[in-house]
Amino acid sequence: MNVPSATLLGQAILSGIFIGALYAVLGLGLSLAWGLLGQINLAHFAFAFLGAYLTYQLATVGGLDPLFTLALIAPAFFALGVAMQWLFTRFRVSPLNSLLVTFGLTVIVETLIQAIWTADFRRLESGYADVRLRIGTLFVPLPELLTLGIAIALSLSVWAVLRYTDVGRSMRAAAEDAPIAAAFGVNERLLAYVLSGVCAMLAGAAGLCLALSQTLAPAQIYAWIGVIFAVVMMGGPGRALGPLAAGIVIGVSEAVTMAVTAPAWAPVVSFTLLILLLLLRPGKT
Amino acid sequence: MIRTVVALVVVAAALAMVPLAGLPPFYETFLYLVFHWIVLATSWNILSGYSGYLSFGHGAFFGAGVYATATLAAHYEVPFLWTLPVAAAVAAVLSLVIGLVVFRVRRVRGEIFALLTLAVTFVLATIILNTPIDGGPGVYLSAVPLPQIGPNASSTFYLLALALAFATVLIAYLVCGARLGRGLFAIHDDEDVAEVMGVPTYRFKLAAFALSCALAGIAGGIHALFVSYVTVGETFSITVPLSVVLMSILGGTRHWAGPAVGAAVITALMYAFTASDYAIAGKAIVGLVLVLVILFMPRGILGRRRDRTAPAAPHAEPATSRRENEVPSARAEPAVRADAPAILEIFDLAKAFAGVQALSNVTFSVRDGEVLGLLGPNGSGKSTLINVVSGHYRPDAGRILYRGIDVAGAPGHRIARAGIARTYQIPRPFSQMTVRDNVATAAMFGGATLSRSAAEREATRWLEFARLGDKAGALPDELNLHQRKFLELARALAFRPRLVLLDEVLSGLNPSEIDSAVELVRDIRAQGATIVLVEHVMRAVMALCDRIVVLDHGEVIAEGAPAEAMRSPAVVTAYLGAPAHA
Repeated sequence: MNVPSATLLGQAILSGIFIGALYAVLGLGLSLAWGLLGQINLAHFAFAFLGAYLTYQLATVGGLDPLFTLALIAPAFFALGVAMQWLFTRFRVSPLNSLLVTFGLTVIVETLIQAIWTADFRRLESGYADVRLRIGTLFVPLPELLTLGIAIALSLSVWAVLRYTDVGRSMRAAAEDAPIAAAFGVNERLLAYVLSGVCAMLAGAAGLCLALSQTLAPAQIYAWIGVIFAVVMMGGPGRALGPLAAGIVIGVSEAVTMAVTAPAWAPVVSFTLLILLLLLRPGKT
Repeated sequence: MIRTVVALVVVAAALAMVPLAGLPPFYETFLYLVFHWIVLATSWNILSGYSGYLSFGHGAFFGAGVYATATLAAHYEVPFLWTLPVAAAVAAVLSLVIGLVVFRVRRVRGEIFALLTLAVTFVLATIILNTPIDGGPGVYLSAVPLPQIGPNASSTFYLLALALAFATVLIAYLVCGARLGRGLFAIHDDEDVAEVMGVPTYRFKLAAFALSCALAGIAGGIHALFVSYVTVGETFSITVPLSVVLMSILGGTRHWAGPAVGAAVITALMYAFTASDYAIAGKAIVGLVLVLVILFMPRGILGRRRDRTAPAAPHAEPATSRRENEVPSARAEPAVRADAPAILEIFDLAKAFAGVQALSNVTFSVRDGEVLGLLGPNGSGKSTLINVVSGHYRPDAGRILYRGIDVAGAPGHRIARAGIARTYQIPRPFSQMTVRDNVATAAMFGGATLSRSAAEREATRWLEFARLGDKAGALPDELNLHQRKFLELARALAFRPRLVLLDEVLSGLNPSEIDSAVELVRDIRAQGATIVLVEHVMRAVMALCDRIVVLDHGEVIAEGAPAEAMRSPAVVTAYLGAPAHA
């Protein structure tokens, strides 16, 4: 173990916040689907990567600005989410079986990606990666900063919608007790379609963030599952600000561990933290 | 049961002959993989499928076995076969350490358990990666000598995996039919109820976890030598936990053979396509098959059929004649002498929830053979009292003497075994067991602890007694409220209790249903059980109770003969408010 300099430590914390923001964007849609729709949606990861590849394609071949691609991807993904919800409603899929169905969808999407873009690594070369910002002695990469901005904006807006609007209140009511909510005039089926569409849009947004800062490969879909589930659970499924808070906690603890010890030790700290939190957290769930 | 075991032995023996046929090694290697996944999926199902504690950490225990064998065989030159028991032990001890902590926390159920076990996998993988156990480059086992079991290497692995798969499926089958399996199924449906019905939930979960993980550990040990080069990345990948869940659910988690069927199907599909020229399309087809199977067979391949073949009630006799034979003194009102000994004595009992004093200084006793009414306005602490006596909550202070022994704070199943049964105000049947199995489970774990067949006979008897004889093969969902309440009573009775705590059995029933329920309570008493009756229906209280105890705000405010106690000023105030002129 070595004690790093203040700059190194600061840089580690900063990169932890950035990776945490990426965790948050990926986890947000998963968390909402889990907490409010009772679905454990593995396909969320596949959709995010599909979104990332689409961003890559539109930006590299189509020459669009990566941020602008979201305007095209988001509506398409909303439709995708609605279609998936139709499948879930039509067959009344239980939460446990949703895991299986969406795993099957993940495999299908993975092979689709592999067929179109091959199994090789792809990297989006955008103008954003060249911009170099500095705050004091700290180096701030622009793609990661954008991810952080997107994470904060999305989390706060979802939080505000759930908390302060009638639609949000209805969604929370329907999640708690669908028949009672329906008796109070909540159209929970329609809400579920909207919510599922929004979750898929969030996957599209996560895809943009992935494309901005990560190297893409079809097999990478599975690499994120463990840590993102940890983030969602730690934040509490269905809670809009949960993934952001938990993502940053896990991201920073990983980054600091990497700086202080060897990079390979990083998962121990974050997951031990998670285990302790799950065991010792007072109150419900 | 014997027939199934014999069938399993015959199938395994036939498969053991395969190496003699001299097939190309390709077939044996493929079948090795099938058996390998059968072991992993079936072992996972023993805890997670039966009890509903979904583990996403099966890869950790598999990996513990892989590295136990790899370390011993490669670094210490221990003969390969000797490393397998160690692999099993390492995995089992690891699971016990986790279980000892995790299963104590009542909150850790469902997805929390799934996530905890997943997190354990990552922690374990990181530790192995960073310590000399692996250290990063992986462990080579190519120099480890392979025992000569079959004619060549591939048939040796084939036979090892076959033997383990046979043992695992046999164990899963035996557990399924045994007390352990029945207890695990009860935990799956409602763990709190299972505990107060006498199922030692904590020990059962630990036993199932250790058994499940030991088998996964052996599979890991064999697989280490099979792949001959082990790395942390491959061993602890998400593939193992995800695959075993998929295979088990595909096959059906409530059936002992379900995971084996699912494992065979998925392994065959994967292999068929990855080996062909259309590997990518094949993978997509596997995904599609999975989606379609789950959509159209949500209970798994073996799940649906099993529910259909629920056996009809054996020897169902006319209810009336049987009842009269058995309870001749049903109408008799045995008078309880005032000097009858106390069966339950409660002293200074206190319980608070986050500052709300639900019970304080509660002191009273229940005499052997009496019907004691427990009354009080809503929120006065009646249900809390029952929950404390039955062991669901631990009291903050006070003593509960049951037949002279202090049971305050004892685990629910101990209290249950000592002879205290309870019912729930809102019936809580085991939703995926038939009505008969619900009652038989109580008989198996209650005061009498009967064998399964005796328990089923006993269950049939009590179902007749509770006028549910014709519903024995139904699932609880198919019963109406009245029948579900009677199912609660039948379950409490099959227990052979000395003391029954009845929590508002009459609420929500119509007047004629109340009459038949009152009759049933009388019958229960005639069986010799002491009854504590929590009730709001005054007509029933007056008809049934020898004495009553009235609670208000967690304190005893009156005690005595029903009519007198209800007239006491404190009771009148509690129910109607203080008199205007006071």
